[in-house]
This record gives sequence, C-alpha cells and structure tokens, in this order.
Amino acid sequence: MPDSPPSPMVEFEAVSLRFEDTWALHDVSFKLHAGQTHVILGAAGSGKTTLLKAVIGLVRVDRGSVKLFGEDITAMSEHDLYPLRGRTGVLFQEGGLFDSLQVGDNVEYPLLNRQIGEHNNKTDSSSAETQAREALRFVELEQTFDKFPSEVSGGMRRRVGIARAIVTEPPLVLYDSPTAGLDPITANTIMALILKERDVRNTASLIVTHRYQDGELMADFRYDPERQELVRLPQDGGSRHRTRFIVMKQGEIVFFGTRDELAASSDQYVKRFVRHEE
Amino acid sequence: MLASSHEGEAGGSYLLRFLKAPLASFQDFLFLAGRAFGNILRSPHYYDDVFLQMDLIGVGSLPIVVPTGALSGAIIALQMSRALSTYGANSEVGPIVALTLVRELGPVLTALLVAGRNASGIASELGSMQVTEQIDAMRALGTDPVQKLVTPRLLATATMLPCLTVIADAIGWIAAYLIAVPLLHLVSSGYYWSSSWRALVPNDLAQGLIKPLLFGIIISLVGCYYGLRTTGGTQGVGRATTQAVVSASIWIFFVTFLIDKIFVNL
Repeated sequence: MPDSPPSPMVEFEAVSLRFEDTWALHDVSFKLHAGQTHVILGAAGSGKTTLLKAVIGLVRVDRGSVKLFGEDITAMSEHDLYPLRGRTGVLFQEGGLFDSLQVGDNVEYPLLNRQIGEHNNKTDSSSAETQAREALRFVELEQTFDKFPSEVSGGMRRRVGIARAIVTEPPLVLYDSPTAGLDPITANTIMALILKERDVRNTASLIVTHRYQDGELMADFRYDPERQELVRLPQDGGSRHRTRFIVMKQGEIVFFGTRDELAASSDQYVKRFVRHEE
Repeated sequence: MLASSHEGEAGGSYLLRFLKAPLASFQDFLFLAGRAFGNILRSPHYYDDVFLQMDLIGVGSLPIVVPTGALSGAIIALQMSRALSTYGANSEVGPIVALTLVRELGPVLTALLVAGRNASGIASELGSMQVTEQIDAMRALGTDPVQKLVTPRLLATATMLPCLTVIADAIGWIAAYLIAVPLLHLVSSGYYWSSSWRALVPNDLAQGLIKPLLFGIIISLVGCYYGLRTTGGTQGVGRATTQAVVSASIWIFFVTFLIDKIFVNL
C-alpha cells in the first residue's frame, strides 16, 4: 500500500482474551496506519468494544501482543500507559461524560490533565478554555459550554464526547458505537463530524458500529474544507481504500477488507452486515 | 482409609472453592488500599477534590451527627440516673457519660452514621460512574481513578471523622449535663464537669481518636471498593451501595473489638 506509512499506529498480533468460558477476543491480528479508518462490525457480544478497549489497555489481553504507536503495551503498567492514552481520543458509547462537570469543563479536562502531567500541577485554564470552545465549535455546540451533560440531549452528549476526544488533536481516535440509539438524522450528523475530523486532521480512526451506513459513509465520502460539505469519492479512487472493514464473530475476525470486498462476500454472517440495494 | 483420604481431599477442595471468592475480594481490597495510600505521596495531588470531599463528608454529616450525639448523651444520663440511684452513686453520672461517649458510643455511633450516609454515597457515586463508563473515560484520558477519586475520599474521611466524633462527644456531654444537672438535679454543675474531666485518662482519649481515624479509612475504602467493582447497571449500583454499608458497619464493630482488646490490656 503506497499511501501507508511503515510503522502502524495500532498493531494486534494473535491477541486472545477469555472471559470465563467464552472468548472475548480470539487470535485477533490487524494493523491500523496513520490516516486509515477501520470500521468494526459484528453482532452484540462479538467482542467489538473489548477490541477497542484493548487498543489502549483498558482491558488486558491473555495472549498475543498489542502495540500502540509502536510501543508494546501488552504488559505495560497502568501508569506508563497514561501518556500513550493521552495521545488517543476515545468516544464511549454513551459519551462517557463526567456528569458532575459542565460541558465546557468536560472538554477542557484532557487539556488540563495533560498540563498537570507536564507541568507538575500548574495549569493554564484560559488557553484550555479557548481550545475547548474551539472543539465545541467544531461539533457546533459552543452554546452548551456552561450546561451540565444531563441538560443536553443524547445526540448532543455524543457530539460533546467527540469534542472531548479530539480537543488535544490526537493522531488516533477510537469511536465506540457513535450512532447507537440515535435517530437517523442525528446519526448522520455524528458520522459527518467523525468524517470531518478524519479528513481535516488526517487522524487514524477505529469505529465500532452496528450500522453499515456508517462504514459506507466513511468509505465513500470525504470532507471538502473549501465547500464545507461531504463529497462523494470517485468509484475508482485510491482514497476509498483508506477505509477497511472488520467483521467480528464470537471474538474472531471473520472478515477484513475493503467496502467492495465486503459487499461481494458470500459468507452468510458477513452478509448480514451489508445493506444490499433492492 | 483410602476413602476417608478422598473425602478429606474433596472437603478441602470444597473449602478452597468456598473461600476463593472472599479471599480474592479481600486481596483486591488490600491492593486498592495500598494504591490509595501510595498515591498520597505521588503527584498529581487533587487538593480541590480533597477539600470538596471534606465539605461533603464532614460539614455535610453535621446535621445527623449533632442530634445523634445530643440524644446519645441525654439517653445515657437518663438511663444511668436510674441505675446509679440504686447504688446511691448519682454523683458518678458525669464520669460514666464521659467514658461511655469518648471510648465507645461517640466513635462507633458517629462512624455508623457516616457509614450509612457516606459509604453508601461514595459507592453509589463511583458505581454510577463505573456503569456509565466514566471511570473508563477517566483512565482513557490518562487519569488514575484511584488518585483522582479514592485518595481524596480517603484523606477527607480519615480527617473529618475524628473531628465529627469530637463534636458528637462534646454535644453528648453537654446534653447529658442538661439532663443530669438542671433537670434531674443529680449532681452540682461544678462537680459534673470536674468529675467527668478527671475520669478521662490519656488511654481513653487515644481510643477516642484512633478509632474514628481507622473507621474513616474503612468507610472510605469500603465505599470506593464496592463502587469501583460495580457491574450490572443501575441494579448493580443499588447492590454495591447496600454491600458497602453492611461491610463498613461490620468492619467498624470488628475493629472496635480489636482496639478494645489492645487498649484493655494496656
């Protein structure tokens, strides 16, 4: 792949994790390079969220190796993991916002946290506020700065979650079911923001989703900063291959490939996640 | 012979299986306690969170600690007035109230009230954060949840509970005075204060301060432990809250017994 840099941002090698009698992950291997997007599809309980959490060591694997930004984190201590996690943005399923903090404070949190780590408890809250407002403007929610998460809608919470995930401009962002439980219009708004983030900042993304349309959008469109809208990629363009699909079943990767390969798959399980035109 | 040896092995493995879960839980609790104490000396320090928790746990508990302390003192004075009059020892009401409050009732009652209010509060708050992925989010954002959530609660409870106990003791002592002197005329005012103060020795004061310090550590760590291991949604939060209060209460009585055993022999 000529557009892929040599060192992957995320690398799984024969990773396995067992919860009592069931495999949460079984012999999982893949690589994610800078600027690439992997869309992870699969039935409920197939290990998608576990895989995402294993990327930053929130769950520890039993076998195999996990590398993040080229560093083996498989046996790394929690304390040593914090700086690597600080370079990764994460959107949790329900946003994972701290409900005791206002929206603005939630978005400022990663910035202040990084300052605390770098400058031994000294923080510059004015610059953090400026950056937090900018991130909220990116998701078109600057007006919610002084509200508490309980005062905004589910879709807004998800967008605030995106703002918090990207406020430090991380090179890698993980999205756990960003559109789950949302109406189609809000879901498309969220996906458009994710696409915009990917294309404006060239971030690598891992997206867990139940909706094939989400992956389709990531594979077929790009954000045009001049027109400030999504534009369809040409059918034969190489950029479409930046997005790969992973289909998981009972902890195993049963499919890995492009959107066209996914659409052409004859596997009955894999076909369940593809929307076929009538 | 062989059969009995097999039975013995089976019984042993059954006992091992039976003890495995509680021992593993206790081990996890000790790990959490070790990390929480270790973080006291490690940066970053979340001083704002410590002061916030001191306010919530210390000042917030005053409305229940003050009336309970007052009623405890009044009840002891009333009950003792009857018992002491049998032996013609009414004048000893002051020392009895002082010793009972400072050694046992003050620390234990205050700790049980704070356990009911704060161990449950801590467990439900941290449990809710756990089931809504806020703890994972914290870890993902590069913050140690033990440093940010557990250590401030440990420091706040361990410092505020001795203060609350001293307040409860003092209020109870005054309430007992009001019953024994102006109401029942058991002793003179001067004798009540001087006799009860003379009755207290350093051993009693040490017990009265060491107990709430240890209870504060237990209440905060038990609340945090059950909160952080919450699973199973909102139902799990309810379960964690109940377990935290029950465990903290049992531990309070167990530690009281141990400390009494040590101090009685001193």
